[in-house]
Amino acid sequence: MNTEHKDYSVVLVGPAGMGIQTVEQALVKILKSAGYHIFATKEYMSRVRGGMNSTSLRVGSVPVSAPVERIDLLLALAPGGVSHVSERISPTTIILGEKEQFEQEIPAGIRTIDISFEQIASAIGNKLYSNTVAVGLLGAVFHVEGATLEDFVQKRFAGKEQKIVEENKKAIRAGFEQGLRLVQSGLLDIRLQPDSRVKNQIVMEGIEAVGFGALAGGCNFIGAYPMSPSTGLLTFLAKHGKRFGVVVEQAEDEIAAINMALGAWYAGARGIASTSGGGFALMTEGFSLAGMLESPLVIHLAQRPGPATGLPTRTEQADLDLALYAGHGEFPRAILAPGNLQQAFELTRHAFDLADQFQVPVFVLTDQYLADTYYNTEPFDLSDVRVNHHFVETQEGYLRFALTESGLSPRGIPGLGRGLVAVDSDEHDEFGRITEDLNLRTKMVEKRRSKEKFLIEQAIAPMVRPAPKKEHLVICWGSTLPIVQEALEVLGREDVGLVHFPQVFPLHPSTAAILAPARTRICLEGNAGGQFARLLKAYADVEITHRILKYNGAAFTVEEVVRRLKEILK
Amino acid sequence: MLDEKVFYPGKLDIAWCPGCGNYGILRVLQKALAELDIDPHNLVMVSGIGQAAKLPHYFNCHYFNGLHGRALPAAFAISAVNPNLTVIAESGDGDMYGEGGNHFMHTIRRNPNITNIVHNNMVYGLTKGQASPTSRRGFKTPVQPAGVINEPFNPLAVAIALDASFVARTFIGEAERTKEILKQAIRHPGYALVDILQPCVTFNKVNTYQWFKESTYWLEDHNPLDRRAAFSRAIEESEGGKLPLGIFYINPNKVPYNQAAGIYETDTRPLFQRSVDLEKLRGLLQSYKE
Repeated sequence: MNTEHKDYSVVLVGPAGMGIQTVEQALVKILKSAGYHIFATKEYMSRVRGGMNSTSLRVGSVPVSAPVERIDLLLALAPGGVSHVSERISPTTIILGEKEQFEQEIPAGIRTIDISFEQIASAIGNKLYSNTVAVGLLGAVFHVEGATLEDFVQKRFAGKEQKIVEENKKAIRAGFEQGLRLVQSGLLDIRLQPDSRVKNQIVMEGIEAVGFGALAGGCNFIGAYPMSPSTGLLTFLAKHGKRFGVVVEQAEDEIAAINMALGAWYAGARGIASTSGGGFALMTEGFSLAGMLESPLVIHLAQRPGPATGLPTRTEQADLDLALYAGHGEFPRAILAPGNLQQAFELTRHAFDLADQFQVPVFVLTDQYLADTYYNTEPFDLSDVRVNHHFVETQEGYLRFALTESGLSPRGIPGLGRGLVAVDSDEHDEFGRITEDLNLRTKMVEKRRSKEKFLIEQAIAPMVRPAPKKEHLVICWGSTLPIVQEALEVLGREDVGLVHFPQVFPLHPSTAAILAPARTRICLEGNAGGQFARLLKAYADVEITHRILKYNGAAFTVEEVVRRLKEILK
Repeated sequence: MLDEKVFYPGKLDIAWCPGCGNYGILRVLQKALAELDIDPHNLVMVSGIGQAAKLPHYFNCHYFNGLHGRALPAAFAISAVNPNLTVIAESGDGDMYGEGGNHFMHTIRRNPNITNIVHNNMVYGLTKGQASPTSRRGFKTPVQPAGVINEPFNPLAVAIALDASFVARTFIGEAERTKEILKQAIRHPGYALVDILQPCVTFNKVNTYQWFKESTYWLEDHNPLDRRAAFSRAIEESEGGKLPLGIFYINPNKVPYNQAAGIYETDTRPLFQRSVDLEKLRGLLQSYKE
């Protein structure tokens, strides 16, 4: 194996229900504690048992935060495992698995190390321990101490039957010994330099970073109906919510969820409705209500491929148009699309302030790829976490929809002050009572629309890695950021710049000025229609010269982006 | 006891037809709330869409007049994030049982501390006279010209089947008894359903004041703690009897949502008075280093 690597790509494949994700979680923690940079992303089928799932890990001496096609080490835990990732196997790949099981699958000339995880596990007591054996083996291969591994098992299985703890310890030891054997015999020679910075970093999944941002943003209500890939947020807030005083309610449907969130904001809480595209399709009615009530609202929309039920466990960036045009009638909204864990935290937090301050709905637009991806990163900056409520204590004669010069009416809440807070889904007067006064209607439309200017003023600027003027720009938004960043490093061309949009709507006023001077403007996004490219044309009058689109349900990989850029930038 | 006038909003252009049962419900509810000494500043009325759903506009109190069928999820959340408020979710039979049927069912399961008042006139008034979920079989309308063929929705039987903690039916022609039932429902901790029979004088020429008078009777010698008995009273009409009125069912042992969820166990303040606990957040972040 090539010892020049700054990082190794390790892939585990096995059927659903076998615990591939447990291995992923274990390795992420163990390898991080050993001082390696770690990245993990999974792909899985929409089924509880069977099928074939994989998890891809990168273990690095330098930060790693994007998926690669390359597989250095493939652990196939069941038949079918090798074929499942056959397109990613190259002559540098080493396959670990039971040779007999994979005979038909392994391409000629690929190095294979014969290890039966299942046999080792069965000898200990149960073939289900194959996972633990694999963790032990990889631990040894990456030079983690045996004691560290056993400690991990002790902690991981604390509270379980003693027998289970003991057998898992045996399994990890057995795997560890196998690994040592491979290292000592020279079959696997992996040398990575641990990085002392890693120790003080955090490691979490994208969806947890969103959850963290929600807590830091003062979120204290979530209404959600479980739907992949958004469910992790509901789970996160359910797990930690009670300690932080969050009302967590699993709604009967998405319609209830968004109306609950609106009710929560009305009464002074900070609510989030979390869902995926199909669920948000149901929420659009309530979304429009937010517009009419001028209610703050935060929506977490975790994209997956559609239309309809689409590919439930895969990824896409194709709900931008849905978020942009959702709801009938005309009213402003903001759409934030985090590109990495730091942004997932910052932008979710920001969404609550933005919604509260300007009484508008704000999207946090993520996707399956971001939600299910782990890596280590600097701890989030909590130094300025403080919730600034924008509601007011009302006086007698309070008007919820007072016509003011700015268009913003002070927002009161019931139970605070001597005013009455009245909101209505019909067109209403300044108090909030139904009206059919057409002059007032005109004023109210203008009042609602006028808040757009605040959102533009507050828009987050795109992140620009400059290229010399009039050269090439790669434009991307949301979760593709780290992938494009690494691809550009690999590409190594000075004349190619990067522009990433963490806020996709409304656009920052500098957008046209940043993009216009470039000779080529390549927009990369995970959909078939080039939705963001259209948005740039419609709202910034910027023409995109080239598009890199992907819509098969998988995230972009670094190599793929490099290849496709090379095709364009010949 | 407050003067019921505290709930009068002043002169308004009311959108109801003269003689509409909604006027009666409006007055009775104002009286009931005054007798319970509920400060309008602590009262939130939540409604959906329809003629009945306009009632909050004719009330001096906080209100959230949301979408068709969606009053209950909003009402649930309002009560969950500020338990100091008296929350009344109020709308018509089409809104609560038709468009909002799913929410009706699941709000009962949640048992939030809200009162759910349903104006039941067995017709769609705002859209000019189509059948509602509670229209009786054979009821003729422009959309059901040969008469309704569907079984009417029985809100009481459904609520009792779901073990709702308070279930009552009344008729607006009996103002005093309706007021007393409303008072009991509002005082009840947890979800309380009050289905109020009322005539639509314009679009329902069958279920008139006279019809309700003749087709209903008050429950006597009924033990509302007996769920089986309550259920059998709730289905009397479908078995050929009249519609009983009164409190059908009370389950005093049900735990209201806020108590079950434990949100106010250690901190009784409504959520808007709380802020992020930075120490806890730091602690949680720290756990992600390991």
